[in-house]
Formats: sequence, C-alpha cells, structure tokens
Amino acid sequence: MGGKTESLNGVKSGSTQTSMGTAQIGLKPDLFNFSLKSLKLKTKQQELLIRVSVLGLIYILAFITRLFSVLRYESMIHEFDPYFNYRTTVFLTEKGFYEFWNWFDSESWYPLGRIIGGTLYPGLMVTAAFIYWVLRFLRFAVHIREVCVLTAPFFASNTTLVAYLFGKEIWDSGAGLVAAALIAICPGYISRSVAGSYDNEGVAIFALLLTFYLFVKAVNTGSLAWALASAFGYFYMVSAWGGYVFIINLIPLYVLVLLITGRYSMRLYVAYNCMYVLGMLLAMQIRFVGFQHVQSGEHMAAMGVFFLMQVFYFLDWVKHLLSDKKLFQAFLRITVTCAIGVGALALGVGMASGYISPWTGRFYSLLDPTYAKDHIPIIASVSEHQPTAWSSFMFDFQILLFLFPAGLYFCFKRLSDATIFVVMYGLTSMYFAGVMVRLILVATPAVCLISAIAVSATIKNLTSLLRTKHKVPHGASAKGTTSAKASSKASLDQSLPFQRNGAIALLLGAFYLLSRYAIHCTWVTSEAYSSPSIVLAARGAHGGRVIFDDYREAYFWLRQNTPSDAKVMSWWDYGYQITAMGNRTVIVDNNTWNNTHIATVGRAMSSYEDEAYEIMRSLDVDYVLVVFGGVSGYSSDDINKFLWMVRIGGGVFPVIKEPDYLVNGEYRVDKGAAPKMLNCLMYKLCYYRFGELMTEYGKPPGYDRARGVEIGNKDVKLQYLEEAFTTSNWIVRIYKVKPPNNRW
Amino acid sequence: MMGFRLNIFLLLIAMFSTPVLSDLILARVDRRIDLTSQIVRITSSLKVENAGTDVVSEVLLALPDYQVKNLAFMKAFGSEGKGKAKSSTTSLPFTVVNPEGMPPSLTFYSVSLPKGLSKGESFTLDVFAAFTNSIRPFPEEITQADLQIVLFQDSAYYLSPYEVRVQSLAVTLPSARVESYTKLHNTKHVDSEIKYGPYEKLLPFSYSPIVIHFENDRPFAVAQQLVREIEISHWGNIQVTEHYDIVHRGAQNKGGFSRLDYQVRAHIRGSSSFRHLIARLPPRVRSVYYRDEIGNISTSHLWGDSRKTELEIEPRYPLFGGWKTAFTIGYGLPLKDFLFESGNKRFLNITFGCPIDDVVVDNLIVKVVLPEGSKDISVSVPFDVKQWQEVKYSHLDIAGRPVVVLEKTNIVPEHNVHFQVYYKFNTLSLLREPLMLISGFFFLFIACIVYLHADITISKSSASYLAKLQWDEVQAAMQQFLNIINRCLAVHAKLEASLHDLSRTGDVQSCKAARKAADGLLKELAKELKPLLAYLQSSPQAAQLWPKVEELVAKEREMQEKLMLKHSTVVDSYEKKSGGREIENRIASLQQKLVALRQDVDELLEFLDEI
Repeated sequence: MGGKTESLNGVKSGSTQTSMGTAQIGLKPDLFNFSLKSLKLKTKQQELLIRVSVLGLIYILAFITRLFSVLRYESMIHEFDPYFNYRTTVFLTEKGFYEFWNWFDSESWYPLGRIIGGTLYPGLMVTAAFIYWVLRFLRFAVHIREVCVLTAPFFASNTTLVAYLFGKEIWDSGAGLVAAALIAICPGYISRSVAGSYDNEGVAIFALLLTFYLFVKAVNTGSLAWALASAFGYFYMVSAWGGYVFIINLIPLYVLVLLITGRYSMRLYVAYNCMYVLGMLLAMQIRFVGFQHVQSGEHMAAMGVFFLMQVFYFLDWVKHLLSDKKLFQAFLRITVTCAIGVGALALGVGMASGYISPWTGRFYSLLDPTYAKDHIPIIASVSEHQPTAWSSFMFDFQILLFLFPAGLYFCFKRLSDATIFVVMYGLTSMYFAGVMVRLILVATPAVCLISAIAVSATIKNLTSLLRTKHKVPHGASAKGTTSAKASSKASLDQSLPFQRNGAIALLLGAFYLLSRYAIHCTWVTSEAYSSPSIVLAARGAHGGRVIFDDYREAYFWLRQNTPSDAKVMSWWDYGYQITAMGNRTVIVDNNTWNNTHIATVGRAMSSYEDEAYEIMRSLDVDYVLVVFGGVSGYSSDDINKFLWMVRIGGGVFPVIKEPDYLVNGEYRVDKGAAPKMLNCLMYKLCYYRFGELMTEYGKPPGYDRARGVEIGNKDVKLQYLEEAFTTSNWIVRIYKVKPPNNRW
Repeated sequence: MMGFRLNIFLLLIAMFSTPVLSDLILARVDRRIDLTSQIVRITSSLKVENAGTDVVSEVLLALPDYQVKNLAFMKAFGSEGKGKAKSSTTSLPFTVVNPEGMPPSLTFYSVSLPKGLSKGESFTLDVFAAFTNSIRPFPEEITQADLQIVLFQDSAYYLSPYEVRVQSLAVTLPSARVESYTKLHNTKHVDSEIKYGPYEKLLPFSYSPIVIHFENDRPFAVAQQLVREIEISHWGNIQVTEHYDIVHRGAQNKGGFSRLDYQVRAHIRGSSSFRHLIARLPPRVRSVYYRDEIGNISTSHLWGDSRKTELEIEPRYPLFGGWKTAFTIGYGLPLKDFLFESGNKRFLNITFGCPIDDVVVDNLIVKVVLPEGSKDISVSVPFDVKQWQEVKYSHLDIAGRPVVVLEKTNIVPEHNVHFQVYYKFNTLSLLREPLMLISGFFFLFIACIVYLHADITISKSSASYLAKLQWDEVQAAMQQFLNIINRCLAVHAKLEASLHDLSRTGDVQSCKAARKAADGLLKELAKELKPLLAYLQSSPQAAQLWPKVEELVAKEREMQEKLMLKHSTVVDSYEKKSGGREIENRIASLQQKLVALRQDVDELLEFLDEI
C-alpha cells in the first residue's frame, strides 16, 4: 500500500511542476505576473505562513508592549510583593533549591520570623531561577534582576500562544489568532505583567490558561495524554499562585454542568479523573498547599464531583447490564440516595471533627462582597480587594466588554463541550472580577477568548459575503461577455440590496473598533500601568519631568547607615521593600498572615507616644518608618491609610476606638481634628517639624498639600524618638527610638 | 592617647641619640605641610652637604612609624647645582633600609643620589610625601549644625639622622579659623598659614611636637573599597566598571538628621556633609551609568569637552560624618585611545587610581579583563602592588577570560598614573563568538527542518498513524487533481482567447490551430486524470470528498463540450462569413450555460481547495 502510493506521489509531483508552469504561461502571458505567480505558494502554505507570522508578530508585540516601564524608568522591580519574590529568587539562585526550601527568614515578622519555604508559592521563583540557570548554561552572563524583570512579559508572550491554541480548540484558528492578538494587549492582563511586575500572577495566568486549554483538549479528545498534561499544568498553577482554587472549583462545576445537561461521556470521565487524581497528588508536593485538597472546604467540590463521576460510571455500567428499565429506575433511586447520604454524612463528620476546615475568610469575601468589610478589615484595607467600579471594567476591557455578550451568543449558537467550558469560565470569572478589582486579571483571558469568537465569527461571515459578491463581476469580465449577462447574474442576489456595501461598512466598523482598542490599550499601558510605583514621576513647573526617588533614598539609607540587626517598624505595606532594599528586619510585612501582629503595630501607631513607646520597646523596635505625602502632595501615604490602622488595631485591641479619631464621623487633620488624632504617634511622626515648613507659596506654614489643609498641631514634640532621616521630598521619614533613660 | 604615645616616642629618641651616621649635613631644610584637604601633603626641600671626606651616594630619610603606616605616596627628586640655577630634576629611587644602632620606632628610607657626593659638594633633594588618616576630627561627634574641627600633629623640627643647620616649616590650613596651635619660639600665624622657624643648628633626631587644632569642612570622603574592572573588547570598546564603598570619615554625626534644617540653611546646617562628588573621566566616554544595588540613581550630571569629561554624582542622600553609601559607575571608552601595539604584543595603557577628586581609597583592586584567548600576560605598574590572576566568565565564554588583578592599599590622587598590561591576542579569535552564535541558530533551524520532515512516530502500525498517512496521500492526490482541473480551465481560457482574436483579426487558421493544440492538451490531461480519479474513488479516506470530485469532473467535462461546441460554431460561422450579430445569437444560450458552469466549477474548486 505504502509503496504504491509512494510511486504515485513521485510521478505526480514531477509532472505537477512542469504543467503548473505551462498552465501559468498560458493563463497570463504577462511576464511580471508570471514571476509573481511562480513564487506563489499553495493556499494552504500561504495560510500557514500568514498564521505563523501573525502569531510571531503577536508574540513579539506582547513582549515589547510591556517594556514601557523599562524605557520610561529603568529595569527595576515594581510595587510591593515583587520585591519579596525578587529577594527569594536571589536567595534561590545563590544558595540552591534545598536551602531555599528550608529557609527560615528571621528578617521579617520579628520576633516570630517566617518559614519561607512553607509559606510561599515557589513556582515563580523556580521559573525565574530556571530561566537564569539555562541562560547561564548557554553562557549568557545575565543578571538575575534582568531575568526577574522580564519574566512577566515573557510569560505574557507565551500566554498569547496558549490563547491561540485554546481559541483554535473551542472555535477555529481564526478565533485563536484574534484571541491571541486581543490578549496580547489587553490592559486587564498588562496591569499585572509589565516588565518589572515580578509577581505570581505573571506566570499564573499562563498556567491557568494552559491548564484550561489542556483540560478542554482532554475532554474533546478523551486522551489520557492530554489529561496528564493538564494535571501537570494544574501542578504548575498550584505552585505559582493561590488562584488555583478557581481551577479546582471551576472544573468540577463544569463537569457537573455537563453531567446535568446529559453530555456525560467516556472522554469526560477519563479527562476529569486523570486530571483530578494526578493534579491533587502533585499539588500536595507544594508545602504551602499540603493536604488542603483533602482537608479544606474549598476543595471539597472537586472531591464530591470525583465521587459523583464514579457513581455515574457505575450506574452506566449497571444500566448496560440491566435490560429492564423499571428495575434500573429503582436501582438508580437507591444508589443516588445512598451516595448523597454517604457524601453528606462524610462531609458532616469531617466538618464536625475539624478534619475538613471550613471556608476561609478570603473565600467568603469572594462569594459575598460585603463579608470582608464587616469581618476582616485587613482584606478590605487592600485597595486591589475593593469591588470593581464600572470605570475600571471599561478601562481594562474597552470594546471587549461589548464583544463579550456577542461572543456568548455565538457560543450558545454552536454549543459544544468546549464552548460550554469557555462560557462557564467567562461568566464565573466576570462575577469574581466584579467582586474584587484584582480578579479582572482572571477574567481577562475568558473575555478575550469569547470576544475573539465574536470578532472572528463576524468578520468571517462578512468576508464570505464579500467574497461571493466579488466573484460575480470578476468571473463575468474574465469571460469577456457583455454587460447584459453580468447584470442578469447579479439579479440573482437582488433580494438583499446593499448587502455588499453593508458588509463593507460593517467590516470597516469592526476595523475601526479594533484599532481603537489597540490605541486604547497602548495608551493605558503607557500611562497607567507602566509606573513602578516606587519611583514617582511628576511634571515640574517648567514642564520637565521630576523624579521622586524618595523610597529608594530611604531604603538605601537604612541599608547603609543603621546597624545590621536593626528592627524597623512600619505599616505592613512597606515590609517587603524594607527587607529587600533596606536589608533590615521588619516587624510586619505584606505577607499578612498574623493579624494580631499587624494589629499591634496599628495600635502602636494610633496610641499616644508614651504608650507606643512601651509597645515598641516590647517589640525591640529601633527605627520607625512612616510615609508622608504632605510636602510632595503624594496621596497614598500613611495619614490616608491611618484609619485602616485604627480599624485593624481596634479589631484586636478594643482600647483603640475608631470614633476617637473622627470628628462627627469625619476624618480630618486640621485644627478641627479629634484630640487623639492630633497626638497619636502616626500624626506626630508625619508632622514633626512640618509646621515650620512653607510648602506652597501663599499658604501658611504647615500646609499639607496631600490633603489641602493647614495642619492642626504644628508644635509636635517628640520625647522618645528622634528624627534620624527624612528624604528629600519628605516622603519617607525615619525615626530612631531612643534607648530608655538611665534612672539615676 | 596620641599625646601619651608621643611622650614615649620622645623618650625613645632621647635614649637613642646616637652619633651621626655619616658626615652629611643638611645645610637647609624647608618644609611645607598642606592641610587643606583630608590628605596631608608634605613637601620637604633638603640641601645636602658632604662635610666628611668619603664620597657619599646615599641619603637617609627618617619617618616615625605612626606616620609610615599612613604613608600613601612618597617621591624624591634631585636637582643638581646650587641656588636658583637648578638644572634638571630627576626622580630618585629609594628603598627601605635598616641601619644599625638607630631608634627602633623609626623607619629609614635610603635615597640613592644620581652620583656620589664628594667632599664639600652639595645637592638639593626634594621629597614629596602624602599621608592619609593623619587628620583626626576632634571632637569626634558633632551635630548637624556644628563645624568640623580637626587635629593634626607633627614635629616642628625636621626629623633626620643628620645635623640640620637651618630649617623652617610652613603649614597651610584650609581657612584662617584655628582653634589652637602649639606655640614655640619663632611661630607666626598669618591668615591661613602657620610658620615655624627658622631654627638653626639642631642635632640629629631633634623633635618638638606641635599640635594644630583647626577648622576643616572639606569632605572626608574615603572609599573603603574600590573595585575597578576594566574589560577590553576588541570590537572597539573598553568597559570600565567601578564599585565604590564610600564613607564620610569626618566627625560622626550625632543627634539625627533634620531635613528641615538641611533644606532651609544647607550651607550652615550641614556644612560638614557633602552632597556630591566629581569624577574626572577620560574624554570620549560613552554610555555612562551610575547606579547602586537597588537601582539607578537619577541625580548625576555629565559635562564633557575634547580633553576631559566630568561626571558629577550625587549620592542618594547627603553624607554626614560616619554615614556610608555604595554605588557603581560605569562607562565605555574607545579602544583606540587606550590600546596600543608594540611588536607582536598589545598593551593597555590606562590610569590606575580613582577618578574621583579628593577621595582616599583604603583598598583598591584593579581588575583588567582581557579577551578570551589572551596569552603571555605581563603588567608594568610604577609602584608596588599585590598581583594575581583570575578567570571571568562573560557572554559566550568557554575557557573564560583571563583577569589580571592588582591590589593596593592607601591610594591618593597622586597614584593616578598610567600603568600597562601587555598581552598577546590573535585577531581571528574575535570571530569565534559570532560564529558560535551563527552556528547555534543554524543548528536550531536544521533541527526544526529535521523535525518537520522526519517521521518520529513511535508505533508505525497503529491505526491512527496509518490513517494519517493515507490522509496525506489523499491530500497529495487531491492537490494534483485540482492542478489538472486548473490546467484544463487554463486551456479553456486559451480557447476563449483564440475566439476573441478571431473576432478581432478574422484569422480562422490560427484559431483552428489553437483548437487543435487545445484538443491535444485536453486529451493528455484526461489521460493524467484517470489514475488519480481511480485512486480517489478507491481510497476510503476520500469517501466524503468523492461526490464533490465526481461533480467537479462532470461539470468540467460538460463545460469542455459546451466550449468546443461554441468554438466550432463560431469558427463555422466565420468560415461561412455570417454577421457578428448572428453569431452572437447562435452562441448566446451556450454562453449563458458556460458562465453558469464556470461559476459552479469555481465554487467546487474553492471548496475542495479549502480541505
């Protein structure tokens, strides 16, 4: 068989070449056209070439659009959490994996310390270190900082490839290409993956989409290999980000929906069981996750669905054995009752005995947006945990927001296992995106995919309309016939007049919308998401760019001019940065695992100086660091965060009462402020000697530019602390805690 | 503490007032001590006279040990002749010697004279010495608003193993404000200068301690460690990277730092601090950067002209006494300015010391990174350094680059002289790394090609694999089939064209010839088509395509027939000389059918093409 076809191919290919040439000469004697024509590839090859080059361009685009921050500022790590990730990555590359895994960090959470290996998702650090080692092995002498800075853009590029494959899997390759293009520049994703934003989300979105893609592929093919791959994708996701909980709940939900809608199949059974069992076992290897898959309430849905699948399979088998329908009905009833009973009993016993932990606050706050505000102020205090405003949806998605419902329509029109998945992914993640600002990130791939379906399907329909219309006049002219005949042909389609013009107009409209989207994305990326937030830039009076590099000034001062074992107390926001850049021990940091400890710091900040001194002595504090924007007009400073300190402190220590700091429920720092406010430690540290400073022309001394008021207490005296350092724009102020006075 | 040590020292000198060493006499000694910066620079001009009979070729210089440990740089010049008519100054070599019977806490340097000094002859010797860490802040801790006051001590008399006839000492201070100074006889304080002497006829080892307590707010910037890495690339660049660990070694700051005071009255409240440093770099530097461990520092300025470049760097914060900072500056230099060839060797000729003004370096490490494959490395430095070799791995290195490391302590600006590193390097080695990259990409593409073309299926007998193979074949056959159809259509077009020509020229013969050629071609194509159709019909993979294929073939055949009919009709009509209108009428129905068929064929072709 093989031999026969081979000879056939050989003969044919030889003759094709020559005959192709003659045919073309015959067709178009024009020499120029001939040379072009002979270079012309086959349609399939053309399509492949275009597809690959478009994908390649998208890949590059996704990378370079994230480099604004490097060009505007420098190759540096951004924000808060990335500094911790960077510090641990440096540790990993210097000391090796086992040291990293067993690292007890005494520089944070003094005096408690932190077991780093057991309390972090190592995926990001291991990935960056791996890239670093590979580059080193290939003899590229890169610095680990460059690798860390560029990890997020690199993974964003990879995400576009996965988006392409995913789009191809659920719709067609056109939708895949559009999805890749949309996700490459979607601001919702860029916000977490610009160069320097070295955070878990950078690789996690890649892992999330990869896992989903592989799972859908496994469901579509029923292949064990794809299911295995998706289990490994899931493992990578678990190792990278806490958001894996979304996967482990969405996939069971999807399976459940398929079961209910009667789409149960052997493919689904293979895919889910393999993915769940292997994924669970692999995930247990991550110490931070541990046995949560079998012990935590958040993971129970997956387990329940797993058992349900087995019951379904069993019933299927019994149904196959029993020919009698009635008998089967009875059996079904008994089995289902038993299964539900056993399941409920197991869950009840597990919950009651404490083996299965109840849902955590974070989980609750996702399901109920008002939960955090009432119960966990520390979650509510983070700006990225706030419910999303409409404007930020518009900002992050722009036209995708309108394309999303259109895409859903197309998905419902061509319902398959894959489209059901993407619809469920889109709807659930949109809900979560509405609950928390930062979860827009999770919704972004789904929104891009579904919008891509809308765009691709629309454009495809329109162009096919255009193409058929095109051919009529073309064919007629080729025949060299008279116009009468052409018109008789065209009359066939006159039932829909202006169809072609309409299609052209719609295409132009789509093109316009998409180009607006591209412009919007680039603008948002360059203006809003490319600031490292550790270096602030402003326009000076003469139009020049003024750089406020106060944070690094202060951290570097700490690093160089304080004893190496000094303990620094600050609000938790700055903890990671102080340890990473200042290399000093902090009391609390951004890993907010111990609410009491944070509340102690909040209490110290909101107490009178002498009470605060007692607390600081008990915590061995040597330096206190506050962030103050009164001189520069920087509004996210500690005075504006102060109410959260009071709330969090008051949540644990009832001596701190929020109303003490408010006047008629109003928060103010001027003369009308509450007396406790005017004399608490935070106020004193921020405004120490500020009353003598003229901040703005035509305003009295002590005019706070961030809040636009003249401060109420200009004569701040410090008894137990002394000013150790203040940065050039007063943004960071560091005070030294004096040793206790000698008694005699 | 220092006073106590001095007492012991004097005691020792008294004990060891040994007889003179040789018959040399210092006829005149003029010393000038420059205290305007943190470095103490002493210039002594000695007029040496031989009072004995023997020819003397060496002069001994004595330095107390506490000064020796701070001695950073010393140089001796000789000038022959007398009085003002100094002919030429030459640098004289000197070595440390240990003559017998001398006080133990003194170190002696023996300067060799250019030629022996016979009886009665005289020779003028100029000695320049620079000392670090000899000015001590007192009080040791000051607040931000205080002025920095420092102490300096030395001897009013020139310490020498020879008798000194006449001597004087002048001390230059940074300002006229002096807290106190030791008053001996013949002491004058004029403006910013204190003069001691002239003193006459002093015995060997005469010593009279003086202490000057004066105001000095010059920055005491000290680099505890400076690592300069000079990397040569034969592609045209020398990359210099300098890592500084700077400390302000003046009076310690106490009582914190108030930004308000510093901001409002910087020159008063903060006079002991310094805000910036100026590095003098060679001309034509490029890509200068200034950063530290946590990122770029945005406060720096660069000026340059054809002779020099000045880089003003401002640390992240002003440095007060005892404060530290660390930073890195880096810049590229054009290779041709610093790399030369001599014989078959190349040599780098570049400055040794620290480019920043008024900075004392405690420990300087200069690393010269030579290109990979350099051989026969030798170094020539004008003073003693510790020296060893390392290997550095940079981009695309396999064997590593040889690194020459030079280490020296106590560096002052006077050390800023050129030194040379000689090595051999084959220019062809330059191409090694680009070739490596090229071959890397080459093999990558080769691997891609091999992957795309090789069959790496594990199980050659599995059903899916066979199905895939068959499908490939069907696709190939399909492609050929479509080709043939296309060629048929091309023949049709040719026929149409011949008809068109006919209507224009009326040349029936050529039209007939075209018809004949077309017939032949079509027959050939039909022959070619046969095995393909047979294969497509038999193949199970092509089953769902077969109806379309069949339809296409039928349509094409019909079209062919119609076209032939049309052709013969038109030719006939022409032969019969019928009118154009008549011909049109006769073929109108045919034409209509042809157009419809053509459209169907096109649609089918497109459909099949998409598979």
